[in-house]
Amino acid sequence: MLKMTHLAKAYRTEVVETYALRDFSIDVREGEFVAVTGPSGSGKTTFLTIAGLLEEFTGGEYLLDGVNVRGLDDNRRSRLRNEKIGFIFQAFNLIPDLNVGDNVDVPLRYRGFNAAERQRRIRDALGRVGLSARARHYPAELSGGQQQRVAIARALAGAPRLLLADEPTGNLDTQMARGVMELLEELHRDGATIVMVTHDPELAVRAQREVHIVDGQVVDLAPPPRLVTGGGAASAATGT
Amino acid sequence: MLYYYFGLAVRSLKRNLVLTALMIAAIGVGIGASMTTLTLFRAMGTDPIPHKSRQLWTMQIGNWPPNKVTVATGDEEHLQPQIGYPDAIALMNAHRGRRQSAMYHGGRTVIPANSDLKPFEAATRAAYTDFFRMFDVPFVYGEPWPASDDANHSEVVVLSRELNDKLFGGANSVGKTVDLDGKNFRIVGVSDRWNPVPRFFDLNTDKYGKTEQMFIPFTTAIDEQMEMWGNFNCDGDLGTGGWEGRIHSECVWIQYWVELPTAADVAQYRSFLANYATEQRRTGRFHWQPLVRLRNVREWLAYNHVVSDEARILVLVSFSFLFVCLLNAMGLMLAKIMGRSGDIAVRRALGASRGAIFMQCLTETAVVGFAGGLLGLGLTSLGLLGLRALLSDEISRLSNLDTVDITIAVALAVVATTLAGLYPTWRATRVQPAWQLKAQ
Repeated sequence: MLKMTHLAKAYRTEVVETYALRDFSIDVREGEFVAVTGPSGSGKTTFLTIAGLLEEFTGGEYLLDGVNVRGLDDNRRSRLRNEKIGFIFQAFNLIPDLNVGDNVDVPLRYRGFNAAERQRRIRDALGRVGLSARARHYPAELSGGQQQRVAIARALAGAPRLLLADEPTGNLDTQMARGVMELLEELHRDGATIVMVTHDPELAVRAQREVHIVDGQVVDLAPPPRLVTGGGAASAATGT
Repeated sequence: MLYYYFGLAVRSLKRNLVLTALMIAAIGVGIGASMTTLTLFRAMGTDPIPHKSRQLWTMQIGNWPPNKVTVATGDEEHLQPQIGYPDAIALMNAHRGRRQSAMYHGGRTVIPANSDLKPFEAATRAAYTDFFRMFDVPFVYGEPWPASDDANHSEVVVLSRELNDKLFGGANSVGKTVDLDGKNFRIVGVSDRWNPVPRFFDLNTDKYGKTEQMFIPFTTAIDEQMEMWGNFNCDGDLGTGGWEGRIHSECVWIQYWVELPTAADVAQYRSFLANYATEQRRTGRFHWQPLVRLRNVREWLAYNHVVSDEARILVLVSFSFLFVCLLNAMGLMLAKIMGRSGDIAVRRALGASRGAIFMQCLTETAVVGFAGGLLGLGLTSLGLLGLRALLSDEISRLSNLDTVDITIAVALAVVATTLAGLYPTWRATRVQPAWQLKAQ
């Protein structure tokens, strides 16, 4: 589903070249739930933005659902992003002018669906996150947890092949975070491929596999031992 | 998608009403200023007879000595804007154009048959029959008098629709008579509304004014000694000897127009005029190098500075002001769009291409431009009201907004604003979603 091989991302100035990612390789298979962890500045978010086709890379190769994305123009990257990727952001990033339904509608508009198809998908997506009754509410009228659920509905509405989540519980209290994580796990059980960036070890162990990044490089690709018991999760050690 | 973008634009503009109001105000004020001057400029400088303006020619003949510098009415070539009676008659007799007419502006006293109406003076144009067809004067009833009425000095008249309404209640008056200074003139036609602006065929008085209320044959007017109400200029000799002395003097008071359909006709007429002037010198009338000029309607309007240089400068200044207003609007738009970088980044992350963002922002600028155009129209109306208070009646009468002006104002606002919005819009497409999202 997502395969990066010897990927590099360098930021160049006149005097210095800084690598955010270097010799970075990862292979996420269809249906996997992968947690990407690492300290601040390790390159987690850069990985996520490159994976989401929001940023270009400077070396290596990246195959998204079998499509080599190197050299694609903006239109093709946008279309690919719209069709194959769903984003879930830490700060929710709902558009405040639009109500819940219209927020979920945004990616569907760019896909070019007709009105009936868009309405069906909005209804289904909001139903899946338990917010059908809130379609006409505005983001400011919702709690943080509800806003993140709307963001998840927005990510799901286009039926993407890959969900990219950037610290999805980072702005939520413990109870709301638990609810969002349970929702992600439910989506995973239903077959979704999820890559979640987090610095929270407790969340990371709830993924199938953890990828640890330090200084722009993957330091451990080994799947952690699963200690899941009865829907809960225990922490898993990450190699360094 | 355009409908979707329109909806987004309206929401976005409602989000920050103060900024939106400032943008619309900046554009509206610029449009208002430029359209006020442009409306006036267009009214002053419109081609009054566009389909024939290159076929209708008037001439100047240097019948005064070149050293008559004390006369202020001439140009740098010492040519006068009108010609004298001897030349007018000679040219009419030569009959070298397809159509031609000597003419002048005067007045007659109308004594209505209806006793409820008091006698009144009516502006009258003395002309030859060719005047009507040469200038495409429309008729409600009847037609121009025949050429024989010119030759026979007939007492015939063409009434304007306005005068016919006044005297006959708008009924067909052809065949009836009207008493002009005690003489019955037979009505041969009633002209429809016809008011070329500027009144190119006689720019000497009230060049933005109405055409005369009636027309009589030039020959009859001379017989009747119809007073000239227009300019009457002499080279020092005021034409002694009463009416006969005045009309046979070198004083200039007659406008002369000729219709020359082709370039060959124009060349031949130029040659004819030059020969005519040479002949006048040979006979001893002119003691100087003869000089003649032939100008068509457009050249004549330009020669007479119908649109003054000041008006052109005013238009230039007002459009410069519009440019400054648009720069301000552009700055505000840039601030507004950059303030929404986060939203743009999210939309990009959700699949919007740069083209989609471009169209979204451009639609927003066009909506601002449209609103600015509407405000500009309102301000233009106020500006024209102000002009009416400041300027003479003859100019201010012209300054009305018509459909063309309204279309120009709105189109100008939308196009100019959209152009001004191109840079902010382009900047919006360059928003780096990755950076924006990382920053959050």
